[in-house]
Parts: sequence; C-alpha cells; structure tokens
Amino acid sequence: MSKHENERKRTFLLITIPILALFICFNTIPLIRGAMYSFTNSRGFGNHDWVGFRNYIDLFSDGRVGKSYLFTIKLALVTTVVVNVLSLILALGLNSKIRAKGFFRGAYFLPNILGALVVGYIFNYFFTYIVPALADLTGIQALGSSILSSPSKAWIGVVIVCAWQSIAMNTIIYISGLQTVPEDVYEAGGLDGATGWKQFKHLTFPLIIPFFSINMVLCVKNFLMVFDQIIALTKGGPAQSTESISYLIYNNGMSGGQFGFQSANAVVFFIVIVVISVAQMKFSSSKEEQL
Amino acid sequence: MKQTSTVGKSNKTVMVLLILGLSTIIFPLYMTVVIAFKQPSEMTNSISGILSLPKVWSLQNFREAMDVTDFWNSLKNSLLISGLTVGLSILIHSLMGYTLGRNKSSKFYNFVYLFIVSGMFVPFAILMMPLAKQTAEMGLANWFGVILLYVVFYMPMNVMLYSGYLTNIPLALEEAARVDGASTWLTYWKIIFPIMRPMHATVAVITALAVWNDVMTPLIIMAGSSENTLPLAQLNFQSQFGTNYNLAFASYLLSLIPILVFYLICQKQILNGVVNGAVK
Repeated sequence: MSKHENERKRTFLLITIPILALFICFNTIPLIRGAMYSFTNSRGFGNHDWVGFRNYIDLFSDGRVGKSYLFTIKLALVTTVVVNVLSLILALGLNSKIRAKGFFRGAYFLPNILGALVVGYIFNYFFTYIVPALADLTGIQALGSSILSSPSKAWIGVVIVCAWQSIAMNTIIYISGLQTVPEDVYEAGGLDGATGWKQFKHLTFPLIIPFFSINMVLCVKNFLMVFDQIIALTKGGPAQSTESISYLIYNNGMSGGQFGFQSANAVVFFIVIVVISVAQMKFSSSKEEQL
Repeated sequence: MKQTSTVGKSNKTVMVLLILGLSTIIFPLYMTVVIAFKQPSEMTNSISGILSLPKVWSLQNFREAMDVTDFWNSLKNSLLISGLTVGLSILIHSLMGYTLGRNKSSKFYNFVYLFIVSGMFVPFAILMMPLAKQTAEMGLANWFGVILLYVVFYMPMNVMLYSGYLTNIPLALEEAARVDGASTWLTYWKIIFPIMRPMHATVAVITALAVWNDVMTPLIIMAGSSENTLPLAQLNFQSQFGTNYNLAFASYLLSLIPILVFYLICQKQILNGVVNGAVK
C-alpha cells in the first residue's frame, strides 16, 4: 500500500511541477515585473531609473487617466444594466412555449461567437453611414451626424456594440437558470394568484439569483476590460472621450513611451478588478445564503 | 412571462416579438453581405444606395481582399494556434485539474489550486507590457509563444472546471485499477481522461471561441513577426485600406465565415459548452 502511495505522490508532484513552472513563468513573473516597472521611469526601451512612488502620485493627478476610469466605469455600469434587463426579457421569451425554440435560441446566440473586432468595424460603418442616412430619410436631426464623432455621444455607440454581443451570452445563462425552475412552482404560485409580473418577482427571479450573480460578474469584468470594441469603433476618440483603461495602457504604454507610468496604471487597475470581483462574490454569496 | 395561463394567445405575441427582435441580429449581417458584394460605384450616400442588393453578385471583392489580407496564411495561423491551444489545454489543464482535485486534503495542493485559480483576476493589461519584453527576450515573439501564453491564460478557468468535474467521479474507479497494478499515470489516461469527455468538450468550446476571436495577445506578441491571425489581419488591413468599404466588408465577411460554419455544424455543442463553462 505504501509503495502505491509513494508512487501516487511522486506522479502528482511530477505533474504539478512543470505545469506550475509554466504558469509562474508567464503569469506570476510578468505580474511581478509589471509591478517593478511601475516604480521606474522606463519608456519601454533604453535605460531607466527608479522613481519610487512618483508614478502612483502622478497617476492620481493625471486628467487623462482619471477620464479613462470614469469612462470605463460608466460604460461597465450602463452596459451591465442594459444587458441584464434585455437578456432577462429575451430569456423569458425564449423559455416560453413557442415554436422553433431551438432555431430562435441558436439565432439569438449568434452575435456572441463573432469576433468583437470585426463586429466593431461593421457597427462603425453602421453608425457612421447608415444611421445618419436613416436620419436624413426620417428627418431626425439629432442623429444627422455620426454619434461616434461626438465626444458626448460616442460612448453610447460602444455600449450598443458591447450589449449586442453580450446579450447573447447572458440570455443563454438566464435560460439555463429558468430551466432549473420546476414547473410545479408556477402551478402552486398560480393557485395563489401569482401571475405575470408578480410571478416573476416573487417566484422566478429569487430562484434564478445564482444565474443573475454569474451574469453580473461576467458582465462587469468583461466590460471593465473592454478593448477590441474601442479599437474598432473609436480608437479612444473623439477627444479621448472613449479611452478605456486597457486601451490607454496599451496605447501609451506600448508605443507612447509611458511604459513605467502605465505599469503603475495597470497595477492600480489590477487592484480595482480584484476588489470589485471579491466584493461581488461576497455580496452574491451572502444573498444566496439568505434565500 | 406568462408561462402557465393563456398559453395560445401569449405564444403568438412572444413569437412576433422574437421575430422582430431577430432583425437586430440579421440587419448588421445583411448589411455586411450586401456591401461586401457591391462595387464602390454602386454605393451612394442614400440608404437605398447602401442597402440595396448588388447588381451583379461578383466575387471580385473577395479575391482582392484575400490578396490584401493574405487570407489563407492568416487562416492557417488562426487554425494552427486555436487547434494547438485547444489540444494542449485539454491535455495539460485536465492533468492539473485531476492532480489538484484529488489532493484537496493537502495544504500544498490547495495552495497551488488557489494560486492558479486566482490568476483569473489578473487583467491582461498588467501582463502585456512585461510579456512583450519577456517573449522577445526568450525568442517567443511568434505563434508558438502565443500558444504558450494562451495555455497559461486559460489555465485558471479550465483547471477550476476540471477539478470541479472530478468530484463527480468516484475514487473507487481508480482504486480498482490500482489493485490491478496500474500506475497512477496510466490509470489517469486509461480511465479518468476518457470519463472527463463532457468536460473536454466544454473546455474545447470555450477555449476555441476565446482564442479564435482574440486580438490583444497576437497583437502584442506577434506584432514584430510578419505573421498574422485572422483578427490581426483585419486590424492591419483597416489601417492601410480602411476607406474602400466594399473591400473591407468582403474581408470582414471572409474572416467571419469560418466561425459561422463551425457554429452551424456544432451549434448544440457550442451552446452546451458555453453554458457549462459559465455556470459550473
């Protein structure tokens, strides 16, 4: 028996060591290196000096960085709400007794499999040419020029494109949640007069809260890290009004000579993501316990 | 919403709404197809000029787009990267998931599990600049480096899925094999690996979709090499020839076709995989 035990232990260790080494090499080490660069004035090439916490101090007084955080958080919040409301409605529709259910589910999931970059390019054209042409036709002046070229409206375009793709994913998750609700819950509820909105609020929704939590976590995390849509739609413009955090780090860090400074930005961004994720998980697990 | 009462009536309303809603998905795709087949001379600034069907269904735009974006080469790279990443992920992540899932009582392995899974919180933004340097230093600024990085990036998620799935597989199966004198390593490949097939499918689907559509990793790692993936080819194309919209849309459509075909064939597996990956 102990011979077997030893053999088993040795095998596990031999599996773990190389895989863990790979993980450390391409995840942990770059993470540490990134944190170290954040204390330098590196431009990404050539020599660099240690500057202590100066990058972090500068970060909090940098208008462009502040603006990118505001934009990214606004985008994440608005899109999360929009996506979850629409997905839930769509999921209820797709889960009701309809014909060609499989077809509808398949069709509504389609946007999710398409690459965000190309989807962004297609919508870029849509906002730049189709919407203004439609506005011409119908005489709606407000949409006469492309929303992507307006600093106050361009973010709405990003919301629409992010939502168009994410609704597909969230809907599918809500549907699988709705399928866990047993039919007799509705029957019992129906006897008590719970139908329509009441039924949804008191019976259906509480039962699918775990799925709601999953969608919240997925949404917030994905939208905070938004990148492809920005590069395809606005490249951060106009007037830096749609610069997401990831885009700013990429743009100024990789080619803008701010390697050290943007490393500090990335460290702060990492902490923000961890705090939000942990808070969300704590919050949703306490909610689930209550039920 | 009304699932129990007034079945016949609410069905029709829901159906009509669902069909109307589909237009939001079909319209952008219709627009892409129509513009991709047209010639610049057919495009006017009016809505009918843009959205009418092309006079001639010519493949000329596609031929040109293939040339400009080096389509076949990019397709080959995308297939190679996605295929190898999926294969390696299934082999490596399942092994790791198995090892960690079977050693839940050990402090060391629990720590390793938490260490790897917490990698999920690390945004690519903080890794990209050090990784660009590191891969260049190691001579990995190419498609192979990209694959290695993907295997690391998707490890937290996949290891969590595999070790979670393992709790459903009774230990007795392995013990029976051990009595017959088989080593742990052999037992794994002969018994456990095949049993985890449903999870392999899930992992394959979510990894493949994420890798196929990813822009950032190849953009940062492969930028120096002359090789492209399909999304990267679109990005480069855009900065060079972005104003010929007909050509651009032909190239968008080309880059969407492989994944659309894949989706048409394996729709059920994809939907299941995506749901399993998110819910578990």
